[in-house]
Amino acid sequence: MRSLKERIIAVFFSLNGITAILILLGIFYLLLSGSFLAWRDIGFFDFLFGRTWNPTGFHSASYGILPLVMSTLMVTAGATVIAVPLGVACAAYLAEVASPWEREIVKPVIEMLAGVPSVVIGFFGLVVLNRLIARTFSLSNGLNALNGAVLLALMALPTIISIAEDALTMVPTEYKEASLALGANRWQTLRLVIFPAAASGVSAAIMLGIGRAIGETMTVIMATGNAIAWPRSMFQSVRTMTATIAIELGEVAYNTTHYYALFAVGFVLFAITFLVNLSADLFLQRSSEVTRR
Amino acid sequence: MENSVKIVTEKLNLYYGNFQALKEVNLEVCSGKVTALIGPSGCGKSTFLRSLNRLNDLIDSVRVEGEVRIDGENIYDKSCDVVRLRKKVGMVFQKANPFPKSIYENVAYGPRIHGVRDKKVLDRIVEKSLREAALWEEVKDNLSRSALRLSGGQQQRLCIARVLAVEPEVVLMDEPTSALDPIATQKIEDLIRALKQKFTIVIVTHNMQQAARVSDITAFFLNGEIVEVGNTGLLFTQPVDQRTEDYITGKFG
Repeated sequence: MRSLKERIIAVFFSLNGITAILILLGIFYLLLSGSFLAWRDIGFFDFLFGRTWNPTGFHSASYGILPLVMSTLMVTAGATVIAVPLGVACAAYLAEVASPWEREIVKPVIEMLAGVPSVVIGFFGLVVLNRLIARTFSLSNGLNALNGAVLLALMALPTIISIAEDALTMVPTEYKEASLALGANRWQTLRLVIFPAAASGVSAAIMLGIGRAIGETMTVIMATGNAIAWPRSMFQSVRTMTATIAIELGEVAYNTTHYYALFAVGFVLFAITFLVNLSADLFLQRSSEVTRR
Repeated sequence: MENSVKIVTEKLNLYYGNFQALKEVNLEVCSGKVTALIGPSGCGKSTFLRSLNRLNDLIDSVRVEGEVRIDGENIYDKSCDVVRLRKKVGMVFQKANPFPKSIYENVAYGPRIHGVRDKKVLDRIVEKSLREAALWEEVKDNLSRSALRLSGGQQQRLCIARVLAVEPEVVLMDEPTSALDPIATQKIEDLIRALKQKFTIVIVTHNMQQAARVSDITAFFLNGEIVEVGNTGLLFTQPVDQRTEDYITGKFG
């Protein structure tokens, strides 16, 4: 009787697990099959390395994804440059300097920032940052790559801070005590002992933060201006892969090359985020091996 | 080395929040001798040891009253430089805690943070320290190996080498052999006897035989107080206080 009940429970849980995997495989299949149809029409290399994205061109449509990839990379790289130093420094402060009550207040607040809907952040970019950037750099408007980068940095920060702080706190106290007992000050201990010991966890935090930034859609639609010209600087309006899919998929004719091309864009995006998350995973795995003694 | 008084604690009280862990502890530690602190778990002997290099500062709720004078200078004075203090008073921990770095980097860490940059000087310090810690012969061919791959006993001797590399005057040891097998323990005890020529050693130990084997002076702690201090041989054979006798004959603890 009891064994039957346990078997039913076991089957129930494995069914749940299998369903999740099946759904994921289904999404992957949908993306890949659509992408193949697009690549058959466009040509794989023309798609990947074409410098013009103009699916509704009057004479001939072109489906070069490179400007979209460039836009995504520019916005993400900008966000990384802003968020990584800030996030890591903040994590170090929380883990090593802040008093317990400071940590009790600051950490939940930062984690709450992760819960702000992206449309709200986008709105902030549209209304506040837009004017600020336009005025500071004397531009006609502030909807550009820089605006998106700042907002994405804001969104990546909670992830980076929270996970990096965990990694720094996980470093065994014995290392810290050994270093301090040798006469090292706190800064030396942080720089020479704690950071090296937490390096892989901190790298994973950065990767996960970047992963979040790459996939973000609503914020960049609202803040980056969405021009499909070749992006030349951070002060230009850009259109990322995510924004392109979101904007065009609603209006595209079903079963056309354009329709499938958007699937192919999604596939490339999927591949990029997958690689970033995979490297984060590898880093995390390495960190658990180092701390195990 | 001349046997002069190196460390004096006077009416040392230490509180963790409301809990008083040390009560009016008065102790004199002589240079060139090994002083052992014995007593049951939670009696304050490790806390006392950590108050000698101010490692208790790391705990927010700790409050200290009284004086600890090392070479006549009160280390709880506002003017005391903690970095200099800890360079002078090294510490070996209960659990061997080498950094997850190479053997060489572990020993060179101390000199580096105190400003030694010259590679030749560092090489010399590393070799000298490892020799003093009786580890050189075992590791001289793979100094770049990870310290975590050494055996437990070797790791503990590496930690001792790491302390010796900053040329301390006092070495505090907090149950340095409690996690080691008898052979590794014996090596560390031999090392302690060799090191006492040059350093003032204070060792906390759970193991009364160990206290009897390595120390010259023994202090018996109970509930945060020193019950009895004396010549190790005398304390173990003719204890004055009844509680000391009960403890060393195994009636409690």
